[in-house]
Amino acid sequence: MNAIVIGGGLVGAACADALAQRGARVTVLEPGPVGGGATAAGMGHLVVMDDSPAQLALTARSLELWEALAPALPKQADYHGCGTLWVASDEEELAAVEPKRQAYLAAGREATLLDAAELARAEPNLRPGLAGALRVPGDSVVYAPAVAQFLLERAGATVRREAVSELIDGGVRLESGEMLRADVVMVANGIGAVSLLPGLPLRQRKGHLLITERGPVHVHHQLVELGYLKSAHGNDEDSVAFNVQPRPTGQLLIGSSRQFEQPDREIDWPLLRRMLRRAAEFLPALENISALRIWTGQRCASPDHLPLVGPHPHLDGVFLATGHEGLGITTALGTAELLAAQVFGTPSELLKHDFTPARFDRLPEVAHA
Amino acid sequence: MPEQTLAVLTLEGVRVTVPAGTTVLAALQNAGLSPLRRSLSGEARGALCGMGSCSECRAVVDSQTVRTCLTPVRDGQNVRRLMEVNRES
Amino acid sequence: MNPEWDAIVVGAGPAGLMAALTAAQGGLRVLLLDAQPTPGGQIWRGAAAGQRGAAGDLLRDVASHPGITVLSGAEVVAAEAGKSHILTVTSSAGLTHIHAARVILATGATERFLPFDGWTLPGVVGAGGLQAMSKGGLDVRGKRVVVAGSGPLLLAVAAGLRQKGARVLAVAEQAGLPGVAAFGVAAARLPGKATEALELAAGLRGVPYWADCAVVRASGQDQLQSVTLRRGRREVTLACDYLAVGFGLMPETRVAALLGCSLDAQGAVEVNVWQATSVSGIYAAGEVCGIGGVDGALLEGFVAGCAASGQIERLRDAPRRAEIQRQFQSVLERSFALRPDRLPTPSPATIVCRCEDVRHGQLQGFTNWTAAKLQTRCGMGACQGRVCGPTTETLYGWRFTGVRAPLAPLPLSQLLAQPTVLGPP
Repeated sequence: MNAIVIGGGLVGAACADALAQRGARVTVLEPGPVGGGATAAGMGHLVVMDDSPAQLALTARSLELWEALAPALPKQADYHGCGTLWVASDEEELAAVEPKRQAYLAAGREATLLDAAELARAEPNLRPGLAGALRVPGDSVVYAPAVAQFLLERAGATVRREAVSELIDGGVRLESGEMLRADVVMVANGIGAVSLLPGLPLRQRKGHLLITERGPVHVHHQLVELGYLKSAHGNDEDSVAFNVQPRPTGQLLIGSSRQFEQPDREIDWPLLRRMLRRAAEFLPALENISALRIWTGQRCASPDHLPLVGPHPHLDGVFLATGHEGLGITTALGTAELLAAQVFGTPSELLKHDFTPARFDRLPEVAHA
Repeated sequence: MPEQTLAVLTLEGVRVTVPAGTTVLAALQNAGLSPLRRSLSGEARGALCGMGSCSECRAVVDSQTVRTCLTPVRDGQNVRRLMEVNRES
Repeated sequence: MNPEWDAIVVGAGPAGLMAALTAAQGGLRVLLLDAQPTPGGQIWRGAAAGQRGAAGDLLRDVASHPGITVLSGAEVVAAEAGKSHILTVTSSAGLTHIHAARVILATGATERFLPFDGWTLPGVVGAGGLQAMSKGGLDVRGKRVVVAGSGPLLLAVAAGLRQKGARVLAVAEQAGLPGVAAFGVAAARLPGKATEALELAAGLRGVPYWADCAVVRASGQDQLQSVTLRRGRREVTLACDYLAVGFGLMPETRVAALLGCSLDAQGAVEVNVWQATSVSGIYAAGEVCGIGGVDGALLEGFVAGCAASGQIERLRDAPRRAEIQRQFQSVLERSFALRPDRLPTPSPATIVCRCEDVRHGQLQGFTNWTAAKLQTRCGMGACQGRVCGPTTETLYGWRFTGVRAPLAPLPLSQLLAQPTVLGPP
């Protein structure tokens, strides 16, 4: 089988790898550097999330696949099993922890409850007075651009630094005018998919990140406020949430913000200030360190916050792997397994859930809880 | 020549008296505090550019990490070097 | 509408001081910004207002002019060109927004560093770097110093260090003697330069000057102990306390890049005869427009100050003087052009990016800066590619890109607070 993968980010690289493992000859089309788009812009947090059963299944399976991949990863991938602490500010938030813990356990992921004193011992730099946390020790962090490069090399994929101008019957046309034929075409170029397939229900959701210098403030887990998606990023307005990651270099990566309809790369300084103030409410010691770099990136979001993975409903041989919003790094491996299962008819537990693009023909707009 | 004013600062816990108008970097260097920092992989490092570009002379002055070549000495400053090594090295 | 300055001058070296003074004489309200604790730039670092000579006069005139406000210890971290240009500045007072109708960039130059084994040892410093450190209070009395690399700066550094009591063991220049001699002849033709050269020569009496000389390696355990140089086919090892090494100067164009100013093929800000950049209302003067020394910088600062304030009648003599400076500049470039066979050669284990400890061997396989940065983190550390960016241009022929705000590390305490606006008095 000949396969074309459009997009050399982590999702594209993982798809290329999964297809190659099953015997396909893969060509990857990426006009920019490998892993230079949303892959480079994100945090690289490998995290199990339970906002929907499908999301829980995809993230949990992906974490298993990451654990299996980890020993093969090169050093520059910086894979680091720091775990996640979902921090509860008050008793009300803490009450939500037990059902979350049960859901994680049911999905095969370890999760333990920390009370206020245990949380303070685990992360002494958090402000006093927090109610507790859910500790998910199997979560990790990774430097995603290096993983994308590694997977493409492992796949033996031919990487061509070229952009696709359109999908054609049985292949693609490059911007150079050249036509490439293949048995299957994977559209894995994030928001770029919209320019090839107008009408896909995808929107850009801008985010800001800041990395500090190596400094005197240390945390040991990725720290996320418990209300991360539900209260903090739950609607369409500009939003911020506490989300801090320890880098293996001793630096801190600070997020997060979400904004729809801001397709530029500019830093929104007032929003950045809101984001940092939220972070400093949890980690007051942030006052004492300096920012080294600040950047923005664009998540590619679908209406139900689940990716579009599967055959295009009307175009033979065209498959999609896009719309991962903030979970593209985490779920790249699960996405690739699912896609390979769809292409080759191999088994995957993930087939039980509907990630296919066709679901939006049946459900044009889904309000998410 | 006008009488030189002096600043008293604490370098790695030791009080030193230096002429005002000098940099914290010079104070560290004249006190023989080398290396100034450890790199990510643990190498000994000292100042390189002397003019604020290279960031090799970073140290913690009163709990803020600064480029010491751009930082004038002030009475009462507390200066600590960045000697921690990447935890995975 | 925010209160607006008539002009902001970024950088208080000779070009910036002269530009600020000239613009203020033309009636503009001028804000003069500089990162160093006191004005003067690198060449006049530590000079006092009123001391004898050009530096003292200019510093005094700037300090006493009612139209000029000086803000020292202030670094531009973000900049946006527009109808009114906005600079965001960090200082001990926090983050400040400054609006101005015109901006004059006089950000000067930085040293080019090239990697060789041992160059990360404490004691290996920039040539201009050691000079700056010594002016900042470093005691070099009795220290054994080898000065190496390229350019006329090496001689000035050697003489300056000697005056401060250092033992300069040798000056090792990569350029050949014919080039150095051509430069000497050209310099002697400039008004005032001949005396300067004689004084320099007197200050260096007895110091060996080795042309055609390459730096091979620096050695020591956690501290520099010796340096090995190659003269012809012979290697010479000198025990020393400092190796002061720099391979010429490069225009410091980061603020210009944020403002969108075009650069020329040499990486300098492109300006017309009025020192105007490609962006309306933004001027540039001094080494940021090309390396040419203090006289050229003063002249360009004068032209930029006149142009920004509309004092065209004062510019009558400028084109002729500018032509002399340009000739000098081109001889300078030719005389000390870097020669690949005289440059240090890194080994695969030599660190290229000192912030992230990325080695030559990790970078050799890449074809451009962006991909190398993404995969190895070269240039992602505290200096933001200020050292390794130009290094990789020389070593691998890459083009350094990706200048972004903030240009300097920014305390989060400042980002957490509401920024202030600094308007004219």
